[in-house]
Amino acid sequence: MIYFDNASTTRMSDEVFEYMCSFIKKNYANPSSLHSFGFEAEKELDKARKAVAAVIGADADEIYFTSGGTEANNTAVLGVASAYGRLGRRVITSSIEHPSVADSFKELEKRGFEVITLNVDGKGYIDIDELSRAVNEDTILVSIMCVNNEFGTVQDIEKIYSVIKEKNKNCIFHTDCVQAFCKHDISCKNADIITMSAHKINASKGVGAMYIKRGVRVNNLHFGGGQERGFRPGTENTYAIASMGRAAELALENMADNFKRVGEVRKTLLRITDELDNVYVNGDVENGSPYILNLSFEDVKGEVLLHALESEGIYAATGAACSSRTKEKKKIVDRLNDGRGKSAVRFSFSAENSVEEAEMTVECLKRLVPKLRRFVPR
Amino acid sequence: MRNILLVKYGEIATRGKNRYLIENRLIWTIIKRLELYEGYRVYKEQGRLLIVNEKKDFDYETVIPIVLNVLGVTAVCPGIEITDQSIESLREHALIHFKEHYPDGGVSFKVITKRADKRYPLTGNEVSADVGGYVLHNIPNLTVDVHNPDVKLMVELRNNAYIYSRVIMGQGGLPYGTSGKATVLMSGGIDSPVAAYLVAKRGVEIEACYFDSPPYTSERAKQKVIDLASRLADFTGGIRLHIVPFTEVQLRIYESTPPEKMTILLKRAMLKTAEKIAGSNGSVALVTGDSIAQVASQTMEAINAIDPAAGLPVLRPLCAMDKQEIIDIALKIGTYDISVRPYEDCCTVFVAKHPETKPKRSIIESIESKISDLDSLIDEAVQNTEIMEL
Repeated sequence: MIYFDNASTTRMSDEVFEYMCSFIKKNYANPSSLHSFGFEAEKELDKARKAVAAVIGADADEIYFTSGGTEANNTAVLGVASAYGRLGRRVITSSIEHPSVADSFKELEKRGFEVITLNVDGKGYIDIDELSRAVNEDTILVSIMCVNNEFGTVQDIEKIYSVIKEKNKNCIFHTDCVQAFCKHDISCKNADIITMSAHKINASKGVGAMYIKRGVRVNNLHFGGGQERGFRPGTENTYAIASMGRAAELALENMADNFKRVGEVRKTLLRITDELDNVYVNGDVENGSPYILNLSFEDVKGEVLLHALESEGIYAATGAACSSRTKEKKKIVDRLNDGRGKSAVRFSFSAENSVEEAEMTVECLKRLVPKLRRFVPR
Repeated sequence: MRNILLVKYGEIATRGKNRYLIENRLIWTIIKRLELYEGYRVYKEQGRLLIVNEKKDFDYETVIPIVLNVLGVTAVCPGIEITDQSIESLREHALIHFKEHYPDGGVSFKVITKRADKRYPLTGNEVSADVGGYVLHNIPNLTVDVHNPDVKLMVELRNNAYIYSRVIMGQGGLPYGTSGKATVLMSGGIDSPVAAYLVAKRGVEIEACYFDSPPYTSERAKQKVIDLASRLADFTGGIRLHIVPFTEVQLRIYESTPPEKMTILLKRAMLKTAEKIAGSNGSVALVTGDSIAQVASQTMEAINAIDPAAGLPVLRPLCAMDKQEIIDIALKIGTYDISVRPYEDCCTVFVAKHPETKPKRSIIESIESKISDLDSLIDEAVQNTEIMEL
């Protein structure tokens, strides 16, 4: 099996698995319990919190665990709007956000906020000047993702942050770093709120984290027993959080190596654009994330190619797994180049992938694509 | 006195010499479905069936939904059986039954008596009046309404007496497997499962046939058809699904056909394939979900061009139904939610933008006759068919 769908989710690495299992066996206590058994569990949470904070250079007490990236994104957008809504009514986002951000902005629109959606260019970048023009005194929130989940374009978060603060130092900047966390070098200096997720970094599903800069207010959406300093109540998923902490430690150690390694895999797979005619890269070939390669094979329906690859044991995606259940005809990729979406296939990598796997995939595509192109929709 | 479930089965009662066969089939089906639960027995009782539990309490909550799914059952009535048919006994037991179901009264009612045993000393109306009066005097806040009562308290005098007040409608139709066998072409859409259900409801045993076209259709599309067939199995008590690998046939037709005629030839090939499967399983007809003029391949002209491809009769139970009528049935039988899952079922990659709506049979047949290896490809597909028992 060749698993090239790591932007959807990743395999739990053996080391993380061992770590999590031994913790499950050792300690099932509720971290809120007053006895020492509970305190042990609480210490494990603190350890994980420190590990996550270390990746982005934050303090541990600026990290809050959530049930995952979706919840973190919902909370960031709706929670900031609720906290600062009295100070201003304009909110800004981009046209290529994950549905958990995009749909939260739709909700804000319903609640009477003025939503400005920035378009992207052919490579998937927002126009920084346009952003600068859009931010005014009335703007309370900007949310722009770091690495796009479908085609891997990396926005200049540092620049974006400084442009926003230049125009309005009170405007909050949130960035969805689910695809960037532990993969790209991101710093808490360049954002007020950051979304992270565990299962994209070889840890467990069901847990994510938010960085919230000290002093930034985000109203909580959940109410209950005071966990996560009241911000995200509900008994903590200690097992998954422990796995996230361990995975973050490992990823931080190996970030540069992994980056190079997947870069080679991506570069190898890119060869298919020389081998076959009419194969296009969606996103930025040179400066896109090495973890994602989105290709459109003209005249081949993305889903058909996906199933053809799957019969050869190669797993890819036609777009974000989160969007594949909706029947919308236009895909995010169409925002870059209209018409590319239906033939787009996303390959996404992890450090567990090898160059050989990419070579095998190239050979496979060379065989399958011409065959599939014989039967085009007429 | 014991708790029973009276089963009504309508149309069968009017049959002639084969009536006992059909009744026995219905009894057999019900026994089979209740096999998992201890103590249930089924008896014939003068145009009704009687379900009793001879070992334990009657578990209506479990048994009623199971029996309601049995095709051929028009209605079920939970009630009591009494052996002493004297008028005093009828009164007392009617009161017990009524008290159990309407302890606080507060409803209007009437008593209806059916007297199959004409030797009974009182007429039906006399029994009704007597029992009704007794119940009325012993439960507070009751009123009598003979035209539009809230509750119809039924007293049936047969070999034993039966008292019930609730009639729950079933599927109707004829017992499954009493009207021969047919093979249904199932796509995963809304229509074909409804067509399969309607035919099965007329007593026809069905096998289903799905055309799988990987990589143009996905595993999930296939699972959808498996789930639909499983849902139908709730009514039929099991179903056999044939999954035909159809990609090669489709690609061959694609290469030899003008795009606007592709679907017609494809559907002819599907009928030919289904006919071969039908031949090996004893089916005497094919069933499709076609509804006249719903799409290009279902116009009258298209049906005329497609139909002769099969030697067996092709039944189209939905042909005169509107989409909404079909959807209503799909919702009722619980296939709709499965059918609308968003996975590609019919390889849309092959569907032309503007398919022909008035194909000529002779032209279609002449194009088809030029695809020399079509029959051997179909044979190969049939040979490689995967069979699932659901």
